[in-house]
Amino acid sequence: MLTQNVDKQTPLHDEHLRLSAQMMSFGGWTMPLKYSGILDEYEHARHGVTVFDTSHMGEFIIEGDARTIGLERIVTQPLSTMPVKSCRYGLMLNAQGGVKDDLVVYRLAVNRWMLVVNAGTTESDAFHIQECLADRGAFQNVSDEILKLDVQGPRSRDVLRAIIPGIEKLDYYTFDEFCALGQNMIVSRTGYTGELGYEIYGPADGVRPCWERLLDGGAKPAGLGVRDVLRIEMGYPLYGHEISETMSLLEAGLGKFVDWDKDFIGKEAVGAEKARGACRKSVMILSDSRRAPRAGHAVWAEDGREIGVLTSGTFSPFFKKGVGLALVQTEYNQAGQKVAFGEKTNPSAAAIVRRPVYQQGSLKH
Amino acid sequence: MEVMEHYHYTKEHEWVYLEDTIATVGITEYAQSSMGEVTFVELPAVNAEVEQFEQFASVESVKAASDIYCPMSGTVVEVNTELEEDPELLNKDCYEAGWIAKIEISSPEELSKLMTAEEYENYLESIG
Repeated sequence: MLTQNVDKQTPLHDEHLRLSAQMMSFGGWTMPLKYSGILDEYEHARHGVTVFDTSHMGEFIIEGDARTIGLERIVTQPLSTMPVKSCRYGLMLNAQGGVKDDLVVYRLAVNRWMLVVNAGTTESDAFHIQECLADRGAFQNVSDEILKLDVQGPRSRDVLRAIIPGIEKLDYYTFDEFCALGQNMIVSRTGYTGELGYEIYGPADGVRPCWERLLDGGAKPAGLGVRDVLRIEMGYPLYGHEISETMSLLEAGLGKFVDWDKDFIGKEAVGAEKARGACRKSVMILSDSRRAPRAGHAVWAEDGREIGVLTSGTFSPFFKKGVGLALVQTEYNQAGQKVAFGEKTNPSAAAIVRRPVYQQGSLKH
Repeated sequence: MEVMEHYHYTKEHEWVYLEDTIATVGITEYAQSSMGEVTFVELPAVNAEVEQFEQFASVESVKAASDIYCPMSGTVVEVNTELEEDPELLNKDCYEAGWIAKIEISSPEELSKLMTAEEYENYLESIG
């Protein structure tokens, strides 16, 4: 039978069209790439306030004691010790130690959890988690019912508190439930930009007025284009680029999100790799020029030896230079190390820099 | 889409404006608007010999890099160094201030392989 893959649309699709967004396909969804332009949206994210429709991401609600139902084994970070109303970033591995996904866990109540996962992996994650829980804990995939907004930028608190009073009390990586505009929603102080920011989860009908009020309040809509630029400047991994089922989390530099004192799926494999020592390391490189490194470009040492590959890259509006993330042989992992990237016939000079290369963000303000 | 009357065009959306034997070369409104904000322009070297339809420059936007092909053969006699500091000139004024290079052409008959403004407008319509 002939089947056609049609990208899903978020509940705000009509808004994106009304705002003349350029749309793109991402993770099985049709999403805004940009509205006014990536550089303009960047200025608002770093110096003002922006709002992203991130409804493409997946959300699962799980009920039960994390240890008894097997949830603790699914994530590399400890969950049972999380305070209620806190968030924690972690990884979900397969038995071979490959990364099935990176995710943020919300402890809604002592025995109630929300897992926020990537769009492209939502279905395989749901399958994996249900298989691991094996009916011990209630599992619900609520991805299609939730509208999610990311409000990001140094002015996000001021603009959002006028719409959802009380959010100003949230500390970094905590959340609470709020009733605003007649609807219940979850707001967490989290994000993917390096700036002060909030993520809002709620029913589509309920959160839509919030989007409208944010735009009225001066938040500029921003697309996935600038989202990628912002996260690369911060050195944040993107699933499919810095991490995947066939890439090493230790090479990606995500070892700090692994709790070696607990049991989790994939622990044996990752532990063995840790004992051997990772051969490559994910590093940030900053180009000497405005030329941007791109995913797939080779990386060379000064003597011309090929030492790695770019996993992500972009023009950095902050530095007015190219910036990227590259997997290079461990011995070259040193700030200041001069490298070249690009095509062999036309390489561009760059240097390995301390990560994150962007340190001026309002993230913890 | 703005098209300049006395210019000639390639299918890759480069333009050329010929004055005697000097061809000024750039990219069209269609090219700059589909690329988005230009962040980097790699200019050809002055004195470089270029062949018609051979890659001789590249333009990068935040998201992607595009090759630019030379509309006519000859020798590069001047490049627009302002683009090094202000690549967005290509977005602001692609037909005038955002020119890329000037070529001393070696084969004037190559002009017949390019589109006139009218032909280019029809071409733009045909590609939607």
